[in-house]
Amino acid sequence: MRAIPRLIATLALCSATPAVANPDPADWPAVLDEARGQTVYWNAWGGASATNDFIRWAGDVVKDRYGVNVVHVKLADTGDAVSRVLAEKTAGKDTGGAIDLIWINGANFAAMKKNGLLFGPWAEDLPNWTYVDVEGKPAVTADFTVPTEGLEAPWAMAQVVFYYDTARLPEPPPSMSALLDWAARDPGRFTFPQPPDFLGATFMKQALYGMIADPTVLQSPVDEVDYDAVTAPLWAFMDALTPHLWRQGRAYPQTGPRQLQLMADGEIDLAISFSPGEASAAIANGQLPDTVRSYVMEGGTIGNASFVAIPYNATAKAGAMVLADFLLSPEAQARAQDPVVLGYGTVLALDSLPPEDRARFDALELGIATLSPEALGPTLPEPHPSWMTRIEADWSARYGVAD
Amino acid sequence: MRGMSMGLQLAGLRISRGGAALVQLEAHVRPGEVLSVMGPSGVGKSTLLAAIMGTLAPGFTMTGQVRLDGRDITALPPEARRVGILYQEELLFPHLSVGGNLAFALPRSVRGRAARRARVAAALAEIGLQGAEARDPATLSGGQKARVALMRMLLAEPRALLLDEPFSRLDAALRAQVRAVVFDRARAKGLPVLLVTHDAADAQAAGGDVVHLT
Amino acid sequence: MRALRAAPGLTLALMLGPVAAGLIGTLAPALGVFPALGGTRLSLAPFAALAAWPGLGRAVFLSLFTGVAATLISLGIVTLFAAGWQGTRAMAGIERALAPLLAVPHAAAAFGLAFLIAPSGWIARALSPWATGWTRPADLLIVQDPWGLAMVAGLVIKEVPFVLLMLLAALPQARPGPRLRIARALGYGRVTGWLKAVFPAVYAQIRLPVYAVLAYSMSVVDVAIILGPNTPPPLAVQVVRWMSDPDLSLRFQAAAGAVVQLALVAIALAGWRLGEIAIGTLGRRWAEGGARRHGEGAARGAGLALAGLAAGAVVAGLAGLGLWSVAGLWGFPEALPDTVSLKSWARHGPALIAPARETLLIAGAATALALALVLACLEAEHRFGLTPGARSLWLLYLPLVVPQVAFLPGVQTLALMGGADMGRGAVILGHLVFVLPYVFLTLAAPWRAWDARHATVAAALGAGPGRVFWAVRMPMLLAPALGAMAVGLAVSVGQYLPTLLIGAGRVQTLTTEAVALASGGDRRLIGLTALAQTGASVVGFALALAVPRIVWRRRRGLCGA
Repeated sequence: MRAIPRLIATLALCSATPAVANPDPADWPAVLDEARGQTVYWNAWGGASATNDFIRWAGDVVKDRYGVNVVHVKLADTGDAVSRVLAEKTAGKDTGGAIDLIWINGANFAAMKKNGLLFGPWAEDLPNWTYVDVEGKPAVTADFTVPTEGLEAPWAMAQVVFYYDTARLPEPPPSMSALLDWAARDPGRFTFPQPPDFLGATFMKQALYGMIADPTVLQSPVDEVDYDAVTAPLWAFMDALTPHLWRQGRAYPQTGPRQLQLMADGEIDLAISFSPGEASAAIANGQLPDTVRSYVMEGGTIGNASFVAIPYNATAKAGAMVLADFLLSPEAQARAQDPVVLGYGTVLALDSLPPEDRARFDALELGIATLSPEALGPTLPEPHPSWMTRIEADWSARYGVAD
Repeated sequence: MRGMSMGLQLAGLRISRGGAALVQLEAHVRPGEVLSVMGPSGVGKSTLLAAIMGTLAPGFTMTGQVRLDGRDITALPPEARRVGILYQEELLFPHLSVGGNLAFALPRSVRGRAARRARVAAALAEIGLQGAEARDPATLSGGQKARVALMRMLLAEPRALLLDEPFSRLDAALRAQVRAVVFDRARAKGLPVLLVTHDAADAQAAGGDVVHLT
Repeated sequence: MRALRAAPGLTLALMLGPVAAGLIGTLAPALGVFPALGGTRLSLAPFAALAAWPGLGRAVFLSLFTGVAATLISLGIVTLFAAGWQGTRAMAGIERALAPLLAVPHAAAAFGLAFLIAPSGWIARALSPWATGWTRPADLLIVQDPWGLAMVAGLVIKEVPFVLLMLLAALPQARPGPRLRIARALGYGRVTGWLKAVFPAVYAQIRLPVYAVLAYSMSVVDVAIILGPNTPPPLAVQVVRWMSDPDLSLRFQAAAGAVVQLALVAIALAGWRLGEIAIGTLGRRWAEGGARRHGEGAARGAGLALAGLAAGAVVAGLAGLGLWSVAGLWGFPEALPDTVSLKSWARHGPALIAPARETLLIAGAATALALALVLACLEAEHRFGLTPGARSLWLLYLPLVVPQVAFLPGVQTLALMGGADMGRGAVILGHLVFVLPYVFLTLAAPWRAWDARHATVAAALGAGPGRVFWAVRMPMLLAPALGAMAVGLAVSVGQYLPTLLIGAGRVQTLTTEAVALASGGDRRLIGLTALAQTGASVVGFALALAVPRIVWRRRRGLCGA
């Protein structure tokens, strides 16, 4: 049991400031200098080929231009990276950590921020930050309402859309109540990724938006509002819907992309996605038939941003910043928005861009299943992360242990 | 005086396990003589052979001395004792050819590939297996295997020979033949032989003293 | 000489050190101590939180049920098959198929099975719409069913080859030929005679591997995620989920869950032992009862059919995944894809080259180390007459019996504290913990069964212990040594959690890639990585089969063995 005093000693160490000098993003030439030759271990979810290909491309460019090697550490779950940083902190490894950059948002960011596991602020000093649409896209500085405070840099916008197969479902339900009616009529053709997968919780948050009179309560932490009263209609809705879900709600796909396979197999007709371009990209690489289309429900859908953050003990902080800055560049942003590549929304304000960079975006063609920005309609802000956590926990207690 | 101590001597040999005595033997087998040790199974005949070989399993304790040609070999490792052994099975090494089995036994003092090969060829000729160097031991007949095993043992130039029921698996015709070959060779080489058997006919054929373990 | 004498101690330390340290690292947070998260005081709150989780009862039940069922069924199939077909051509056929079956990683086999049996799977496609009338998949809960039956099936198809391998390794010591001949001469049927005369001796030999199967099946994570129920999942899966939850305070509860998982395994093993005693008593009564025949034909048929089904499911599942890796659009109810192309391979194949190299490097190093240590241990045992007690055998099985989720997170913390760099070296040592026992188990039986009189004869011919080892024993035992190497390679190739946790994600093997890619559920990618993974472990088995055959092609005495 000698480990325990050791652990306690570690705690004392954790509060001390690391002795190693950190790169200063305000002095960008120095950052570029330091970054040259570094290897950046970018921990990012590896479950989608499209994002994997994009990350490989970004790594190649950054290597070419700035001499920074990028290694994509493919995660099955972003929580694995958070666990790793936590384990390093537990062990007192305050420098030379294994992770340099994490693709992150929402509750994972909130947890890392709260536990002091992040390096920064640095994001707002990046050269390409000037193009970021801070005013038009409030989600880029408020990650699920939690102020980012320069601890993470946005690199993609996401918005809830649904996709459906027109060959089997010509008229998709325009609202949550219509979805319930349809599911009751034609049961077993809709499902969502099982919470704690973020997409499952997002489906419920989206449903909740349509059921409450004053959506601003969602911006406060759950313990500051009457949670039970606010969510009562949601649980009534879920009680009604669950028996009509795929497999009567007794089994769920474990991640968002698994829905692609279910739809391709003809098991489901309608699915939720956080990426407006996902269906088009899937059609392009043969994962979905070309009869699939996207749409949004009435009243707007939840939108958020994807970020990259640097752990407090990262080894290649300068290299990580260079990579993050490149992800913010018009070149990378335009490529990410190309539906054939990723179909992610840009975080930049297009009108602030120089004309030649604007042209990159104007040249993009939407995929057959991608909605135009107008058709996507208004975005609703993400609720405070505590909603996600609480709704997930409640869902698990109600339906996740039902058998 | 030196002649008196030649051969295999077991001086006050006593093997016990967990305090219980298993085997006690006092014997002197002179060169060219055979001592037959008889007794029912489980009486410790194999233990006696292991003690002489130096392969006694831990758990057994042994007192007394094993002397070979006057030299105390009790503390020597098995490979340095120069005590040969033949079992009921031939135990030819299956991964080596017939010639390889014999070459394995040739002492290092026979130097040079040509010389070693010649010795192996001569040995094979001696047992009627001329030109069988490259053969797979698994393809030999029972009698051939027994002869190769004996020849292999003799090539190592042992100073004593232990026989652990070596004939019990052979059929009657083969048995007499192999028995004669083994005893003749041992006698010709002047080896003291200790034969362990439960077959009175073996002991009789050996012609020497018989000790009964009980 | 002295180094050799120290080998058993060193081996046990390398294997058990991490397990013991890891358990401490898990026990501390389970009791509330986790300073980086502000836990500095001993408390039972994590267990209270665990008890308050509404799914606990069901998760515990699922762990027990799926583990025990998978073990019972696997053992049953293997026993029935061996009883009916030992020494026949059918047995020899399955024996040859064993190696590739063992090489298929658990997750790949599970994905393959899922694609076979799902309502939109290959079987349904083959029968639709002409036989079933389905033009689209029926909404049937086959995969991820609440009782975990699909999961049990997924475990059984992988455990049957393993148990059979262990049984075949143990069989010669039970002298099945003479025993069966005697039983049959006494008028017993083949199956009844085998069960009464051979099985008790064989089971005594394979008892510990069976325990390992039980412990593994109870705490498996990857197969459970793919085929098992999720509302709630078996306990081990839930523990892993809590461990990767953004809410870091759940780590305490996760640690408590890991401790409960450990206790569950201990309880199940104790229960199994009691069952052994009961069946032993009943079995003796049955054997002494003198009944000569019990539905011999039916038993033989069932044994062959079930063993064939288990093997067939793995092969067909893998074939399905292979087909997916080259499939264009492949909708229901088409039995075959519309178009076939190498597009997926061209797109993702090159990215697998580096992980493949890393996989083989790590597997090769871990296996070579393990083989050296195991050979040193066995040789020390032989030379110094160390008789391994039942206790040291148990110690050997500890890394296989202690659930990975119960000690790996602790190992990770420890490795960091010790300043071990999370590189390839640390991962190799981590793999060694799991590779060693399997190498030992595969090699020990044939090694010990070797007729030591060969060593006495060689010594009498003047060969010292070194020459006996290298010139007699090793060549004679080349085939089992290579077999153990192949098993070691396969075990290393399949490791996920140790690679991820100890390698900090920086060490990327085919398995870490496969699991990450599989989280996206794209069957083409899953098929591709599953084939690559299988390929990596087949290399070892192919060598183990081919090398002795080539080297000993002129030695009948070794080719048959």
